[in-house]
Amino acid sequence: MRAIRPKLRSHAREHIVTIDTDSAPRLFFYGENLMMEDLPVGTRVIYPKRPMTPVANPVAAIRYALNHPEDSEPLHALLRPGMKVTIAVDDISMPLPIMRTPDVRQLVLEIVCEMLADHGVDDVHIIIALGLHRRMHDWEIKRMVGPKVWDEYWPDRLYNHDGCDPDGMVVLGHTPHGEMVEMNKRVAESDLTIYVNLNFVPMNGGHKSMAVGLCGYESLKAHHTPHGIVQSNSYMDPPKSYLSHSFKRQGDLIEKTLKVFHIETVLNNRAFDGPLSFLNKNEDDFTEADRLKYQAMKWTLDKLPFTARREIFMRTPAAYEMIGCYAGGCDPVHDKTLAKQNEQNCVEVDGPADILLMGIPYISPYNVNSKALNPLLVQVMALGYFYHMYRNQPILRDGGVLILTHPCSDRFDPVHHPSYIEFFNRILTETTDAYTIEKKYQDELAYNPSYIEMYRRGNAYHGAHPCFMWYWGQRGREKCSRVIVVGADNATVPEIMGWETAGSIAEAIAMARGTMGRSAQVSMMHHPPYMICDVM
Amino acid sequence: MHRASSKYKNSAAFYDVDGTLIKINIVHAFAFYAARHASLIESAGRSVKTALSIPVFWAADKLSRKWFNEIFYRSYEGQSEDRLVVLADELFEDVIKPNIYPRAKELIEESRRAGVRQVLVSGALDFTMKPLARYLGVDDLIANRLEFVDHYATGKLKKPFVAGATKADIMRAYAKEHAIDLAESWAYTDSFSDYPMLAVVGHPTACNPDLRLRSLARSYDWPVLDLDEEPARAVSRRPQGLARQIRRS
Repeated sequence: MRAIRPKLRSHAREHIVTIDTDSAPRLFFYGENLMMEDLPVGTRVIYPKRPMTPVANPVAAIRYALNHPEDSEPLHALLRPGMKVTIAVDDISMPLPIMRTPDVRQLVLEIVCEMLADHGVDDVHIIIALGLHRRMHDWEIKRMVGPKVWDEYWPDRLYNHDGCDPDGMVVLGHTPHGEMVEMNKRVAESDLTIYVNLNFVPMNGGHKSMAVGLCGYESLKAHHTPHGIVQSNSYMDPPKSYLSHSFKRQGDLIEKTLKVFHIETVLNNRAFDGPLSFLNKNEDDFTEADRLKYQAMKWTLDKLPFTARREIFMRTPAAYEMIGCYAGGCDPVHDKTLAKQNEQNCVEVDGPADILLMGIPYISPYNVNSKALNPLLVQVMALGYFYHMYRNQPILRDGGVLILTHPCSDRFDPVHHPSYIEFFNRILTETTDAYTIEKKYQDELAYNPSYIEMYRRGNAYHGAHPCFMWYWGQRGREKCSRVIVVGADNATVPEIMGWETAGSIAEAIAMARGTMGRSAQVSMMHHPPYMICDVM
Repeated sequence: MHRASSKYKNSAAFYDVDGTLIKINIVHAFAFYAARHASLIESAGRSVKTALSIPVFWAADKLSRKWFNEIFYRSYEGQSEDRLVVLADELFEDVIKPNIYPRAKELIEESRRAGVRQVLVSGALDFTMKPLARYLGVDDLIANRLEFVDHYATGKLKKPFVAGATKADIMRAYAKEHAIDLAESWAYTDSFSDYPMLAVVGHPTACNPDLRLRSLARSYDWPVLDLDEEPARAVSRRPQGLARQIRRS
């Protein structure tokens, strides 16, 4: 009889598991579904760290940060009766999935608004700093800010930023590199701006908050370029990110011109809990109950229609908890935020992979409450965000093969992503070259009056947004020798993207080994929740 | 802030009017005239006649826009030109203006800001559309023209009729005359019967579309605009009910 061998994993390296002959199959997200696949012996599976212990009392932590800020006077000392204050707050694109209520932004807003009222500051507006993202629906805003702030401020003093409003935007100037800096007019005219940030990935927060969240198209196109993305190694590593440097140049100009008090919050990575907590686990550690839960979930998802599956995932908020809150000047606050975030999300990995596997989940920053993760967003998750989840050196070596699991259905949300549809069906079928798209088509989509109207008064992403999404994947496209998608339900979408298809992970790995050799190092990034690989 | 004006100097935006920019149609305008006659009895009589004709108008419209025009505009026979023109301003203030879709003017302003030439292409009568064209500040108006003999309407339209496929022909001619690049132009309409006007431009947009046009727009991946939706002033509920979600998708 075969002996039962206990799995002994050192605590320090528990996030790296090497597949053995008796290892359990691994779980991949597959859009709005899951798949369990056996991986070849020797495959390195990289897991996120366990969720850090949250602060015991988030409200007290926020109050402490406001009263003991970094490189700034306490918030209460900056307030004068009768002054004009604008609170800018991050939009719904983070965290992913959406977090349970109360949202951490609600906690911050309630404290800040109360403090403003106590100091006789009545001229207060709250602006959702969405940049060129879609306007948030009213029910989304209510959920995010909570009933107290909602009842007091909506709709006249709580609203979405409008980057295309000719009367609502001003130009603050140009950086030494010639990048235009636009700003929301209300913010530019305020005596004090308080930025309430929810930091989920290292590329967010800091100078990006003001420079992107409250800008217009002319500012954004200065750094949202294929060149900028290719020069970012990676954009999840701010010191090595062209984007972050550009944000900083714009942000420095903003900080010189305007008085801004930054509040940044950091969450742990408890994306799933309760009945879904098995999704956070190493599959070797699954209990019998976990296996049953997986089987039940998989059986149900297989039986349900697409919309129902999507609805189930969208209505399952994450159990994120606050692990840090910092306030004050932009740079020192963001340094602390990044340090805490890296403590939670960075995992050490020895050397890059030749073949990298990843499951693409149902969600991205740009399809919260949308009807689908459309093909462009699949691309941005794979070649954009997940490819860039590294520091030091890429987790997938240059010339390596990327394997992803997603159905790649030809589904778009016509309300949230109207210009994506044109981009994918018209422009991408003419050229996939990001540099040509930037020169030839970006302005056309950006200035299309129908798309501007849909962005300003509907709930659509800005017309040029799909171009930016294509650029986000440019470094990944240039560095990967092949991209193979497993489980695509059609041939057209992968073909338009320039991807190959395979019926199973095993087939995809065999195809990849054709390029990388039999001894190729195969790794799997086991997300969500996401992790950032410190590749040594 | 916008730098688009030079890019779109050879572009035009063509708007259908009834159902696209305003909530009402030409029958409302006719009913307005019918109810404003010198004698009360004549007003009442014409109003009743108009009401009774609605099923005929509806059926004719469904069968052929050409038949509809022939039947509908015959009702204007005998009306004096000055009366129709004088009452047009009142028609606009009382009937048309309150029924302009909330976001219609903003759409036109957005388009104008991009440097695009603004043109209304309507099957309604030109004198009823002129005050609206002035109000919206469009560059040109293409509309049906009623034939008058000795300043009295004959009940016939002058050719070409502005409807269906002819709209596309008129747009082509307009583009040629004004050096407009149709591939870089927009068309907005609510009705499937205006499919030709959408088909001749590079940027077709279904605007408050009927069921058939909405379905067509989805098939052709055209943007769909709903100008009737104003940004919410009070909270709406998140769409509830899984079953309803599935049905809606």
